[in-house]
Amino acid sequence: MSVPSLTISKGLDPKSQEEDFVHNVYNEIAPHFSQTRYKPWPIVEKFLKSREDYSVGIDVGCGNGKYLGINDKLFMIGTDRSDGLISCAQELSKNSYNVGVADGLNLPHPNDSLDFAISIAVIHHFATEERRIEAISHVLSKLKIGGEFLIYCWALEQENSRRGYKEGDEQDILIPWVLAKKQEKKPKQPKRKRRGENTNNNEQVELEESTPEVAEVEVVAKEQLEEEAKQSQTKYRYYHLYKKGELIENALKTNHCTIVEDGYEKDNWWVIVKKI
Amino acid sequence: MKFLTTNFVKCPIKGCQSSLDAFPLKYEECQLAQEEQEYNPEFLCHMLERLDWNAILKVAHDLGNDSLPPTKPEDLDPIMEDDQAILKDLHTLLLETQVVDGKMVCKNCQHIYYIKNSIPNFLLPPHLC
Repeated sequence: MSVPSLTISKGLDPKSQEEDFVHNVYNEIAPHFSQTRYKPWPIVEKFLKSREDYSVGIDVGCGNGKYLGINDKLFMIGTDRSDGLISCAQELSKNSYNVGVADGLNLPHPNDSLDFAISIAVIHHFATEERRIEAISHVLSKLKIGGEFLIYCWALEQENSRRGYKEGDEQDILIPWVLAKKQEKKPKQPKRKRRGENTNNNEQVELEESTPEVAEVEVVAKEQLEEEAKQSQTKYRYYHLYKKGELIENALKTNHCTIVEDGYEKDNWWVIVKKI
Repeated sequence: MKFLTTNFVKCPIKGCQSSLDAFPLKYEECQLAQEEQEYNPEFLCHMLERLDWNAILKVAHDLGNDSLPPTKPEDLDPIMEDDQAILKDLHTLLLETQVVDGKMVCKNCQHIYYIKNSIPNFLLPPHLC
């Protein structure tokens, strides 16, 4: 077993919830998180490679910018709420990516001006359904009529994955990210190592290439969570796990798009919508 | 932040969306740097078609460059020698000129956004979002 996920208290102020359980956490884990995020997901790659040559688009919540260099015939601007992750994007690309720090609900682009957008594993971090719909609507407002927008959100239905969430489970949860504290590592003490089991830190398939030191963190008993959290620096990120049909429903509630294509890939629901 | 990016960003404040003054931002106290980028004339020609040239002129002026043609160069052909010179200049300006540090001011609401280490920051204080 791994560090368990937790349910989140209901009724927190949405903005402070996002600050505490999304913005601050990503800044704290940014360099480590960035190391585990370099493999493009196939559907996203396909979407970007099928854009018309020389189109202009945005990646909302671009993280370390792993999708900004997929197709060099596009002009893409990536923004993220986390300045830590944007610094990673800048360093990784040697300052060749076009990136900026911005909030997904207050994007710095003229309305009706862009050809396409992507937002990969981002919208599920907004604290309420109203804000998730608003986030989709806001990105659409930046697109030209007919512009396409690819959205990925983490799925509730992932019984085949290590975490095993399934239909009927709690959808609003806190997912642990364990930062290994390098200075406290005791290499001579043969503790239970969990290399290869990919214990604790994250959900994505890329984990297989994650750094070995992460896998050496001790397993945490639930009752000791708080104490252990201090020692091993467990950070919790808030996610809304999308159930089947919910992402499409959210998109349609904006009243500004039609569905082009949708599907399920690697524990995520995805949809391509077209602005109307 | 590349010069080219200035043609695609504006003040994110809701009330500035429909204001004609809100685009482009006004660039003040900027430090520039030249950073080599791969020269791609095809890309430049296509980007040029969709650029708001007036905005390019305004930003160039903010940054101390008043030498651009007042009307947008059109129908450039990467094979023609004269056009090549123009394209090379545009490449140097739009893709290789980085704003490393400076301020971006919205001419509608006067809010100031900062560029640091080439990264523009458009986050708003809580009372504005």
